[in-house]
Amino acid sequence: MSMTLIIKRFPGIVSRLTLGLGFWFAVPAAFADYALNFQRPVTPVAQKILELHNMIIVICLVIFVIVFAFMFYSIIAHRKSRGHKAAQFHENAKLEVVWTIIPFLILVSMAIPSTATLLEMSDTSKSDLTIKITGYQWKWRYDYPDQDVGFFSTLATPRDQIENKTAKDEHYLLEVDKPLVIPTGKKIRFVVTGNDVIHSWWVPQLGIKKDAIPGFVNEFWVRADEAGTFRGQCAELCGKDHGFMPIVVQAVSPEDFSKWIAMEKQQAAAESAGAAKTWSKDELLVKGKKAYAGTCAACHGPEGKGIAGVFPALDGSKVATGPLDEHIKTVLHGRHTGKYSAQMPAFASQLSDVDIAAIITFERNDLGNKTGDVVQPSQVKALRK
Amino acid sequence: MATAHHHAEHPTGLSRWLFTTNHKDIGTLYLVFAFIMAIVGGLMSLVIRSELWKPGLQIVDPLFFNEMTTVHALVMIFGFAMPAFVGLANWQIPMMIGAPDMALPRMNNWSFWILPFAATLLISSLFMPGGGPSGGWTLYPPLSVQGGMGTDFTLLSIHLLGMSSILGSINIIATILNMRAPGMTLMKMPMFAWTWLITAFLLIAAMPVLAGAVTMLITDRHFGTHFFDAAAGGDPVLWQHVFWFFGHPEVYILVLPAFGVFSQVIPTFARKPLFGYDSMVYATASIAFLSFIVWAHHMYTVGMPMAGELFFMYATMLIAVPTGVKVFNWISTMWRGSMTFETPMLWAVGGVFTFTIGGLSGLMCAITPADFQYQDTYFVVAHFHYVIFGATIYGLFAAIYFWLPKWTGHMYNETLGKWHFWLTTIGFNLTFFPQHFLGLAGMPRRIPDYALQFTEFNQWSTVGAFFTIASQLIFFYVAFKTMKGGAKATEKVWDGADGLEWTLPSPPPYHSFAVAPKVK
Repeated sequence: MSMTLIIKRFPGIVSRLTLGLGFWFAVPAAFADYALNFQRPVTPVAQKILELHNMIIVICLVIFVIVFAFMFYSIIAHRKSRGHKAAQFHENAKLEVVWTIIPFLILVSMAIPSTATLLEMSDTSKSDLTIKITGYQWKWRYDYPDQDVGFFSTLATPRDQIENKTAKDEHYLLEVDKPLVIPTGKKIRFVVTGNDVIHSWWVPQLGIKKDAIPGFVNEFWVRADEAGTFRGQCAELCGKDHGFMPIVVQAVSPEDFSKWIAMEKQQAAAESAGAAKTWSKDELLVKGKKAYAGTCAACHGPEGKGIAGVFPALDGSKVATGPLDEHIKTVLHGRHTGKYSAQMPAFASQLSDVDIAAIITFERNDLGNKTGDVVQPSQVKALRK
Repeated sequence: MATAHHHAEHPTGLSRWLFTTNHKDIGTLYLVFAFIMAIVGGLMSLVIRSELWKPGLQIVDPLFFNEMTTVHALVMIFGFAMPAFVGLANWQIPMMIGAPDMALPRMNNWSFWILPFAATLLISSLFMPGGGPSGGWTLYPPLSVQGGMGTDFTLLSIHLLGMSSILGSINIIATILNMRAPGMTLMKMPMFAWTWLITAFLLIAAMPVLAGAVTMLITDRHFGTHFFDAAAGGDPVLWQHVFWFFGHPEVYILVLPAFGVFSQVIPTFARKPLFGYDSMVYATASIAFLSFIVWAHHMYTVGMPMAGELFFMYATMLIAVPTGVKVFNWISTMWRGSMTFETPMLWAVGGVFTFTIGGLSGLMCAITPADFQYQDTYFVVAHFHYVIFGATIYGLFAAIYFWLPKWTGHMYNETLGKWHFWLTTIGFNLTFFPQHFLGLAGMPRRIPDYALQFTEFNQWSTVGAFFTIASQLIFFYVAFKTMKGGAKATEKVWDGADGLEWTLPSPPPYHSFAVAPKVK
């Protein structure tokens, strides 16, 4: 029978088959933008998951093809229009038993490797390094408790790209200002928690997803078998910028990792030194503009206009133009009057004295405000208690 | 029972619809309401898919986008799918079991009329200061504690919706258990009645749990409790356990009545009895029982102890067994039948096919370590749309085309019905099949903007969404035309039709089976 005849007689079959299976086989997997499977695994856990997934997909596909071969054969052959007369059988206890037991056995065969993989993934013992991850609205914080290093990691994609004013770069929405740096070849134990709402830390190539829940400490382990940059995203709806708090992990050699730790410690020392000196208004404004954009603009808006009913505007606000101490305390300790549905978190633990001083100076001399006030880090420090 | 009362004339006008206690009228009310909500929910999905056409924020801001994903789900589940099937239950169950009406007709009226108020609360939440709920239909705290007044409107709406479902379910159980015609034992009643009987028990067990959870959220938000606030000794994960204890039976509530429809339609158009009736009953009951012990497969990444993760993985995988049995029985019903493929049969067979794709992706999600890659990605979004659309929506259309000639006395336009089926099928698959790949490639769900590599599949999905929604215009046209007129429908309507409803005139009298038929 010619192809055209087949297509004419069985439009249903052809379109169904094409739709259902064509996606799998017709599109070459070589096109990265038409990726059909997981990203390339770089840890033993991710590798195990990929193998398990591939095995299960194949089993499911085989079952699917066999079952629907029966159905489609029946659709073609057992038609009234073909003159087929209906049989009247309507039960078969043996058959029911068979097609209960066989699927059950198939499930058991899937459950065994799945159990093994899960058990392997849960063993966080004998790790070389511990890193703490905290999810914030809307950024991640990474702390290395043993090395006394800690920092925030925020989306680095410029607002202009998101608002379609400039062209988007290659790692649009998957780039941060300070990536998480880890050494290759070492077993790293991660502990995860949340600061405000539930987030989830997910890096597909590491094969890891774990919820960051306030009040809980979850854990998992990772061993990066190769150097490289691996990107992920928050995987639990956490508010308006849930799609804008990516994760970037940079795996480097153990030597480079030690060098990076040393550099981080130096920078931290420089930061606290900066807290003691006196800053000029211009220095504060430059630093404050950047810090505002990275931390405050998410809620208060890039021009300080807020969102009606949800986040207050800073342009002309009582707090930003009123008593200075009130302003500082608001940023440090948060605020919830009930007038707006959202609650302002306390930024005391998230921002340094220098950052807060710079942000407040910026807020009081920009965004439509002209108070002329200049805030020094020492003033912020004094109000921290 | 009643004396020989003559119901006055067949009531008319606004008061007919406000005060009716007639199961056929109430069935119509539910169906009309459901399809209005389907339009609302469908439009929201177009807002979502429009924003996701390409990377960048073009149309809406992220907060409103989250309101759309949240309210779209609530509207579709509670405003469309559930009321539509209660509408089918109302129209069909009394006729199929030879009863004159539902057991509690006045409560039946109230069960429906709660819904427009609930829907008003839900939709108006979008217009409240601060906007509607934006933490997902799953309302996880602490995020849902942050929402404004819109969230409170939604929580109260959910209370009303739940009440309507519970009352409706009590009615269905009382009707089926007490009012079957003499001779119709439970194991002789139509599968649609069986699946609704079991679903009604699921509803009675699960909806109060949701009500409890929602109440705890209300008190956490306004009355000083800290059920879900870790800083005060509470537990955000408690919400997830309680919600999903409702949530998992809920999804079986969504599909079981549709399975009942498949079990009515396929034998009719195969001209062959349903294969394995007893097994089908036991399989449905097994699914219902198992649905209560699998809830935490929605929570594999929260950090449960290993024993929990393994238990829920095994229990979830087990559900594939009775579900598979049902699929095999439907195919065996077709096997060696004498099939024709009118529109209801297309929807039923297409529904089995589509649901099975979703069932297999669900089996993949059941595997805990693999789920670490699927959870909260578009893979899950693809999975649940395949099962809900495949079973519930295909089942709904199968039922409507199947029974519309009985309800209206007119045959619908068969050509247009087929067009509706094929265009919807193409559109639906174009919308959701690529989403499997988006999830595998790493795209999370509930995000308004995405990394560049996800663009192509998102665009296919958006085109599919507009195509699918547009295709529903055919359905509305067909339905309206059929209600107004068309070729006269016979009593039996379909060559292979079997069951008490097919012994009544088309359309049936306002009150049917005032005298119970005898069933051998």
